[in-house]
Amino acid sequence: MTETLLSVRDLKVSYQVGKGSIDAVDGASFDVPRGSIVGLVGESGCGKTTVARALTRVIADNASITGGQILFDGQDIAALPEREMNALRWRDIAFIPQSAMNSLDPVYTVEYQLNEVLRRRGGLGRRQARARCEELFEMVGIEAGRLGDYPHQFSGGMRQRVAIALALALNPKLVIADEPVTALDVIVQRQILDQLRELQSMLGISVILVTHDISVVAYVCDRTVVMYAGRIAEAGPMDAVLMEPSHPYTMGLRNAFPDLKGAASGVLTPIEGAPPNLAFPPPGCRFAPRCPFAVETCTTQQPALGMVAPDHRVSCHRADEAAKLRQEAARTETWLADA
Amino acid sequence: MRLAVSKPPKPLVSVKDAQLHYRVGSAFSAMRGHSSVVKAVDGVTFEIQKGESVGLLGESGCGKTSMGRLLLKLEEATGGEIEFAGDALSGLKGPALKRYRAKAQLIFQNPFEAVNPRFTIRATLAEPLENAGIPAAEREGRIIEALELVRLPQPQQYLDRYPHQLSGGQLQRVVMARALILQPDFVVADEPVSMLDVSVRAGVLNVFRDVRDRLNLTAIYISHDLALVRYVCERTIVMYLGRIMEDGPTEDIVHEPLHPYTKALVAAVPVPHPDQSHDPLPIGRGAPDPRNPPSGCVFRDRCPLAFDRCAKEAPALRPAGSRKVACHLF
Repeated sequence: MTETLLSVRDLKVSYQVGKGSIDAVDGASFDVPRGSIVGLVGESGCGKTTVARALTRVIADNASITGGQILFDGQDIAALPEREMNALRWRDIAFIPQSAMNSLDPVYTVEYQLNEVLRRRGGLGRRQARARCEELFEMVGIEAGRLGDYPHQFSGGMRQRVAIALALALNPKLVIADEPVTALDVIVQRQILDQLRELQSMLGISVILVTHDISVVAYVCDRTVVMYAGRIAEAGPMDAVLMEPSHPYTMGLRNAFPDLKGAASGVLTPIEGAPPNLAFPPPGCRFAPRCPFAVETCTTQQPALGMVAPDHRVSCHRADEAAKLRQEAARTETWLADA
Repeated sequence: MRLAVSKPPKPLVSVKDAQLHYRVGSAFSAMRGHSSVVKAVDGVTFEIQKGESVGLLGESGCGKTSMGRLLLKLEEATGGEIEFAGDALSGLKGPALKRYRAKAQLIFQNPFEAVNPRFTIRATLAEPLENAGIPAAEREGRIIEALELVRLPQPQQYLDRYPHQLSGGQLQRVVMARALILQPDFVVADEPVSMLDVSVRAGVLNVFRDVRDRLNLTAIYISHDLALVRYVCERTIVMYLGRIMEDGPTEDIVHEPLHPYTKALVAAVPVPHPDQSHDPLPIGRGAPDPRNPPSGCVFRDRCPLAFDRCAKEAPALRPAGSRKVACHLF
């Protein structure tokens, strides 16, 4: 058994749109160590959800994996025949979709939906399935008496717990959660994150948490992967990436994020501009048009994902100057458009 | 000789015991006596001074948006009184109501739903001017001015564009410009950045702060996010199940929340760095059914400090140091 459960290598996913195609994910590489929570962060359209979905190979009809490898337990699941891939879903890799409100079928009780996974996928008998349902509900903190309820009878937070129970039903090795707390209130969000963390360490599973919120990553993740415009900007241990970011985009995100524990006088600094249209991505670094530190190379050459510290990778031409750039990035003037 | 006692300035907005009760359930169930009442806003009292920015903070269903709608007279209060510059909103009709509509504006949550997709930016911004009877010749100038106010560079380039041709951040600035174009005194912003990406949020918030200061606007900022409220408002009102739990200076609430609910709310906010507490929240699970709230204090069934009196008697909002708290412990 290796230390790494999942290794994504140079993954490419394209969407067919009309006669053209859009590379929503263009060469993503990152690792998920066993027993860790990895945060996949980025803004809307950066490709984080596409990566998450590609890992389960449940992607939109007009999307296809056009390159790279997804090594899960040493096996390349990007190349696996659909039949074998299907056998992995739920058993080895489970998915918690965005908004549990919509992922549960409104016309069946939650027990029926749990049974579908347990009995049809897991091959459990009726009695075993019932016992497992009760066990799962206890794990996520819902009374077993509510197994016969329909999704609409649960609150948003409880539905999210049901979705977690479903994902854990067959003891998967990897759970992929796509924005699991985004639609929830802050107190419920915190309780769900605590639960997720507790279950993850109890069961020793790995979790990929897709989110746009770096404070969620800071609260619960061991590692983080920052995506921008279909590529990995920075990846490494959570503390290192958040406290000593080496990619200007990560530095900019830190400045743009309100910090409740920070000084009251702190000014938020936006990153001017907007992410590029992926149908016409800029040559070179995709962040270059918004980057205050861009030099000529940045607009012509795509930076490679290089190592800045053991286990900490950054794709930036100026990564070796990161310490200096961090100081400049902390100043608001650096980010003001000189228009 | 009498001593001159300085009277506190007259508030711009004064809310006294406001209520907004909705009857829920079908007409049929009402006939059979089964309908119930949801008290979206239930006995809310506060005042806002001119130029003040107040955050209305709470979770979904706490009544913060309903309160905002009452303030704008988009919803009629079922009890209590709301006054704006000394005039009762309940009595506003005809031309007086129309004048109020121009003076009090709403900035919507989702910019993509707040504008007509078939209107150009020019048409979007011309509409309120037209309604206010501003002559056509003046409109273009006012539109450019409003777009400059929200810091859209080279505003001319946007005039003939349609909403889908703008980014979320640009469109939210247009929505803000529309709210400001008639030079209102009072603005209610309902989660104005929750639909925007983090990297552009800061820009919109900075514009909001800047415009508010420059025009000396009185503002209500409705949000579930204390970190955002703290960035734009010096004062915060915390709501729970239609009632005010705590009302005071935002910094005091952030650093030393008094009400047990506020304590949990502040503790729940994640911060963007690794150094943070992972202690369990001091709050019970599960918000109560708004149709059937607990007796006495509405927060008591989730409160770690609740005692006998909390079930019997609803605590009044009372002064406690720099702020007001509705809790029997204060």
